[in-house]
Amino acid sequence: MSILIYIVLIPFASALLLSLIYLSSPKTERYSLYSKIGVAAPAISALLSFVVGIEMLSQESGVIFHATLIEWINIGEFKIDIAFMADRLTTVMIFFITLIGTLIHVYAAGYMRGDEGFGKFFAYFNLFMGSMLLLVLASNPIMMFIGWELVGLSSYLLIGFYHKDAQNITAANKAFILNRVGDFGFIMGLSLLFVSLEGNAYSFEAIEANITMIDSATLSIIGMLLFIGAMGKSAQIPLYVWLPDAMAGPTPVSALIHAATMVTAGVYMVARFDFLYIQIPDIGEIIAIIGALSALFAAIIASFQSDIKKILAYSTMSQLGYMFVAVGLGAYSSGVFHVFTHAFFKALLFMGAGAVIIAMHHEQNIFKMGNLKKDMRLVYITMFIATLAISGIPPFAGFFSKDAILATAFSSEHYLIWGVGTLTALLTSFYMFRMLFTVFHSFENKNNSLHVVPTSMTWPLIVLAVGSSTVGLLGANEAYGGANWFASFLALDDTFYHISHRSEYLLGFLNVLMGIAGMWIAYICFSEEPVEPEANRFYKRIIINKFYIDEIYESIIVKPIVRLSEFIDKVIDIKVFDFIVNSLVFGYRRGGYHFAKLQNGRVQYYALYILAGVAVMSLSMLSVLRGV
Amino acid sequence: MNPEYFFILATLLFSIGIVGVVSRRNLFVIYMSVELMLSSINLVLATFSRLHGDMHGSVIVLIMIAAIAAEAALFLAMIVQLYRSKRSLDSNDCSQLIQTKEAL
Repeated sequence: MSILIYIVLIPFASALLLSLIYLSSPKTERYSLYSKIGVAAPAISALLSFVVGIEMLSQESGVIFHATLIEWINIGEFKIDIAFMADRLTTVMIFFITLIGTLIHVYAAGYMRGDEGFGKFFAYFNLFMGSMLLLVLASNPIMMFIGWELVGLSSYLLIGFYHKDAQNITAANKAFILNRVGDFGFIMGLSLLFVSLEGNAYSFEAIEANITMIDSATLSIIGMLLFIGAMGKSAQIPLYVWLPDAMAGPTPVSALIHAATMVTAGVYMVARFDFLYIQIPDIGEIIAIIGALSALFAAIIASFQSDIKKILAYSTMSQLGYMFVAVGLGAYSSGVFHVFTHAFFKALLFMGAGAVIIAMHHEQNIFKMGNLKKDMRLVYITMFIATLAISGIPPFAGFFSKDAILATAFSSEHYLIWGVGTLTALLTSFYMFRMLFTVFHSFENKNNSLHVVPTSMTWPLIVLAVGSSTVGLLGANEAYGGANWFASFLALDDTFYHISHRSEYLLGFLNVLMGIAGMWIAYICFSEEPVEPEANRFYKRIIINKFYIDEIYESIIVKPIVRLSEFIDKVIDIKVFDFIVNSLVFGYRRGGYHFAKLQNGRVQYYALYILAGVAVMSLSMLSVLRGV
Repeated sequence: MNPEYFFILATLLFSIGIVGVVSRRNLFVIYMSVELMLSSINLVLATFSRLHGDMHGSVIVLIMIAAIAAEAALFLAMIVQLYRSKRSLDSNDCSQLIQTKEAL
């Protein structure tokens, strides 16, 4: 299947091409050329992914497509190929990554028009797509790690895209550095895996076949370390603080990071190592607990934010929490299914938000908007669908995936996680509808003239809205009249928990109830006269300031490091190392000064030195000869 | 004849030469001391050549004498040249190679 190679290489090639064109004359305006190349590359990848998908559908379960580009390293037993593989999990991933990625590219062509870094933007964008596809299609952990790092790099480049503002650069640095913390865990986990498998870790299949070589204690450490990597990429407690700040980038970037690429990498990685995590349910439980906590925590913060993009950022973190609950409890298919549905509605929400932001002349505070539903009917309707989907109202996509996750939590008797998940569902619906009603419904019309939104920014919304309303049916389980086609297609090592149809219906009903309750509360509070939350009460102050987590990190991690660095810079460096080096230099200069006195310009002395030298040499030779 | 005597003579000549080079400051005397050392080496070579019954040493001695003669012409010319520029035959006057203070 050499198609796999092209899926990855085309975005990279076009990124290279775009950057060469851009660098050859950065000042020239070539919007149409850039957008043609920039959109064509992911579009071709998307077409090829469909081909792979169709091919995969006709194959039996367990068939894996392989493609080797080149042999990269081959030293004795140590053999790493630049190779790609596609099993069913990968096929699903590339399907939605390329599809949604392409739509976001189309959208970005409209959104970024007029920006002086248009060509650069598309080069970065394609690089992002290529990196994510490399991560997903990699056939061995090393290639996956390269993709993993490239995703981090391209997100850094894109978050800091508006680089003239120092704050954006700080946000980009924050994202990059926090990802490095996660990556550290990831590479440690991979290294431990390599060492433990003694040279059988050069492809995922080999790892899967030899996983029993590792004792469970080591396996737990590996699982935890890999999950630390996932925490960083997928923004879970405690490494999530970069995600809200990443909103500094252009809105299409946020859409790409939150829907198609980057944050899904962590969930994908855990699902890819399902054979590993299935053996260590304790670690899985930790993952699920962290996921549940992240979900609730982010939902609480989101309920009090007033920046439209930050609300969506926290909602992503919250939804990722659900995904980790699923993969932690062994329901990998449900986790991936939520990744899949989430990609549709989250991309739609971000693109809608971007359209609103453009229309409002780059205003992001929802309380400064209002009554946009008439002027932006299409955006309103599509965003309404996405909000219904994320709130878990059937038949929209989010209901089925969220319900599957909560049903798993309930039936595996993790009632606390289930309770947290259900509460989060209520909050999710509340903050999403709060945003929607405030932006589109509230009566006061604060906007004088709306900026025109180009059509390339609106028709991808329609495609995604159709997706958001229908893709959920793919994973509808038997209780809802489906055949759970998605899970049976994926065929991952799921842990199955039995649950009767009656409790399934009850749980589903409860979820819908939660969704409607959240919607109702939001309608009462925000549909007419929305009031921006003020930090007038103690609890509000804490929540609006995001539980002071940034400040806590600042004081317990950043400040000590800064102090330590200053201490090393001002004390250790100067008083210890410089002292040693300087005294050595002083000694050499002194010695040199005295030694130089021998060079007095008088030939006799030189002759004397030679004589002395010859005498010493002769004596030593004599003693050697005597010794023999 | 006992070759020991030749070696003792050569050693003596060489030592006198060295002492001359090290202790005297007149360029001519230094030059003569150098020649003395060369002659002592020639003597050792010739002695060994005789001792081992191998004529190679003697040949080298002859070549060396020729070379020394050529070198003498050059050396004397250089001394004359040096005298012209310095108006002195004292080797201490030719001390441009001395370590200067600024270098430190």
